[in-house]
Amino acid sequence: MKYSEIMVRYGELSTKGKNKKDFIKQLGHNVRKALQQFDDVEVKAQHDRLHVTLNGADSAAVMDRLGGVFGIENFSPSVKVEKDIDAIKATALAMVKEIFKPGMTFKINTRRQDKAFEYDTNHLNDLLGGYILENVPGIQVKMKKPDLTLRVEVRMNGVFLSGQTIQGAGGLPVGTGGKAVMMLSGGIDSPVASYYAMRRGVKLDMVHFFSPPYTSEQALAKAKELTARMAGYSGGIQFIQVPFTKIQETIKEQVPEGYLMTIQRRLMLRLTAAIAEMRHAKGIFNGESLGQVASQTLESMMAINDVTTMPILRPLLSMDKTEIIKVAEDIDTYDLSILPYEDCCTIFTPPAPKTRPDLEKSRKYEKYIDVEGLMKEALDGITITDIRPNDKFLNQNEDVFAELL
Amino acid sequence: MIYFDNSATTKPAPAVVDTYAKVSANYWGNPSSLHNFGEQAFNLLEQSRQQIADLVGASLSEILFTSGGTEGDNWAIKGTAMKKREFGNHLITTEVEHPAVHNSMEQLKQLGFEVTYLPVDENGRVSAADLRAAIRPSTILVSTMAINNEIGAVQPLAEIADVLRDFPKIHWHIDAVQGIGKGLFKQIFNDRVDFVTFSGHKFHAPRGIGFMYKRQGRMIAPLMAGGGQERDLRSGTENLPAIAAMAKAMRLLLEDEEAKVKQQREIRLAILQHVEKFSNVTIFSKDLPVFAPHILCFAIAGVRGETIVHAFEQHDIYISTTSACSSKKHVESSTLQVMKIDDGLATSAVRISLDEHNTMAEAEKFNQVFDELYTEFAKLS
Repeated sequence: MKYSEIMVRYGELSTKGKNKKDFIKQLGHNVRKALQQFDDVEVKAQHDRLHVTLNGADSAAVMDRLGGVFGIENFSPSVKVEKDIDAIKATALAMVKEIFKPGMTFKINTRRQDKAFEYDTNHLNDLLGGYILENVPGIQVKMKKPDLTLRVEVRMNGVFLSGQTIQGAGGLPVGTGGKAVMMLSGGIDSPVASYYAMRRGVKLDMVHFFSPPYTSEQALAKAKELTARMAGYSGGIQFIQVPFTKIQETIKEQVPEGYLMTIQRRLMLRLTAAIAEMRHAKGIFNGESLGQVASQTLESMMAINDVTTMPILRPLLSMDKTEIIKVAEDIDTYDLSILPYEDCCTIFTPPAPKTRPDLEKSRKYEKYIDVEGLMKEALDGITITDIRPNDKFLNQNEDVFAELL
Repeated sequence: MIYFDNSATTKPAPAVVDTYAKVSANYWGNPSSLHNFGEQAFNLLEQSRQQIADLVGASLSEILFTSGGTEGDNWAIKGTAMKKREFGNHLITTEVEHPAVHNSMEQLKQLGFEVTYLPVDENGRVSAADLRAAIRPSTILVSTMAINNEIGAVQPLAEIADVLRDFPKIHWHIDAVQGIGKGLFKQIFNDRVDFVTFSGHKFHAPRGIGFMYKRQGRMIAPLMAGGGQERDLRSGTENLPAIAAMAKAMRLLLEDEEAKVKQQREIRLAILQHVEKFSNVTIFSKDLPVFAPHILCFAIAGVRGETIVHAFEQHDIYISTTSACSSKKHVESSTLQVMKIDDGLATSAVRISLDEHNTMAEAEKFNQVFDELYTEFAKLS
């Protein structure tokens, strides 16, 4: 079926009173960004619905994109027909036939905006329902929970028919929830935490700690590629890579082994908080899940959290690993996350890190190193990359290979 | 040279050989190596996999590389038997399968598995009713081919899918070695199939490479245990030059598939309509939609298939007795035997199998040579 537009219904934002205008504006902006690659598509964000006029663009590809935009409750691909009852009947029938499987039930749901149209809502329901009953052998009408609801909207500029409603990503439009920084390691958890943060409307900058030669270029490329996947939900993300080698080496030299991890984490958090402040972000997200590893016990969190007053938000706090993996698979980051590259968290992990570090000792051992000097050096060395959806980092030869294949 | 034996093997496409050579020369690193050189090989491997996944409408993790059709068939069958042994010991297949399927089943029989072979009708096809009747609570696998390699019968895949939808736990394997590039992907990659196996050299890729589609979530035991390549399911250092070459061959094959299939169908029909006029000729793959567009099997009564093959060879035309795998063993076609064709006639059967490069001019030349040979054969009998 050749669709003429996709009708998008808003999620929670419909109920948000006076912020509603901002939300709709932001969603319109995000949808436009997500559909940037389609030249002819027009996006109109109205108070009750958002309309994507396809103008010939591939509806499946457009819907694939819309499925990843937060703030959308659901959407329906629609066909526009002239205000002519025969044309409406023909399209309605074609649409039902395309979806119909033996045993299915249906109903017609008409909305009429154009009150001047010669048929009223009930009359249209009757006419179209009757026509479909006559022409689709075996189909039956059912008012409550039919298998197929054919929606007919009589608007001023034409009649729009749709037979499918596709679930959207839900949540709030990215950007309506302020800005935060995300500590992105490249493992399974941090992309999932990013997903949940963005789903609540938060715009993220990714902070990634990079420790060459202990971590490889591939590990960095993997974190960037993950960011590119996450950018599919927000339209573009800044990736901030922080050189961490010298800090790790110094800590390894100066700090007792049991506290290596705790002090490293404190430094990471100090740096992230400093970056967040520089960039006027209002919080820090990470992928911690309570009790998952030594650094994620309540005691560890207290000993590490001690370095900043900025809110630290942990969307995965109470999730089980298996649940997290399930989401990672759903959002298509799992395969990337499990690529076997060392990241900065695994290399300097002592054989027996303290699972219950003492706050006072943590503070004391941290003083063994020049926190301010090391931080300044690291912050001077950060590199920022603008990452767009579908950017490639792991396979730099993609175009060369495409020639071969 | 007129090559009408494409079901035996196909000519490697020059562009495919070129890819094979370039990958062998430039990306010979081991995809499992940690360093950047190995990483490049890994990326090429995965990009090839993605291309194949896209071409069949699967996801990346559903494509697994094998050494070809025989390994794929052995794996789908024995891998299922090993994995699902505790759920049952009954396997179902058809009487007209390739020996890679048939003999795998026979091996399993010796290990205590039970096998039901479904009979076929006069066109070499199984029936959905027979399948349904054969299913037991202990059935763990159904293995059916897409296109029969000897006479070109297309199995009723949509009807089989309908039956198996009622038995979601049974693994369904389709041997699609003859079924690629023939306009059948919609039927083969239906919403029920679990495993589909292919062989590269049947579509202009090199020998020694093939792939299996494995539906996400379906479990299978590996036959090749070792270093854990292919998601721990098929160990062995990946044959990257052949894999990349196969990805390319597949892309080229499926370009304008519809037009290519139409052309093969027309050539097949031109030969069929010509030879069926002769009184001693029996056509096994009739002019019906249940036959593949590229295979024509017929017999000239009283003349051994072997004799016909060699006679055409004198004219630089290459055809085959019914299956290359058994043709040197002087046995009559097993598919024809199962179809209860008289033994004498079955030994007279020959097979023409086309690819997308064959032309109508070749068909005309074939028909002309056929006339000459038929007259000569008539003198003999």
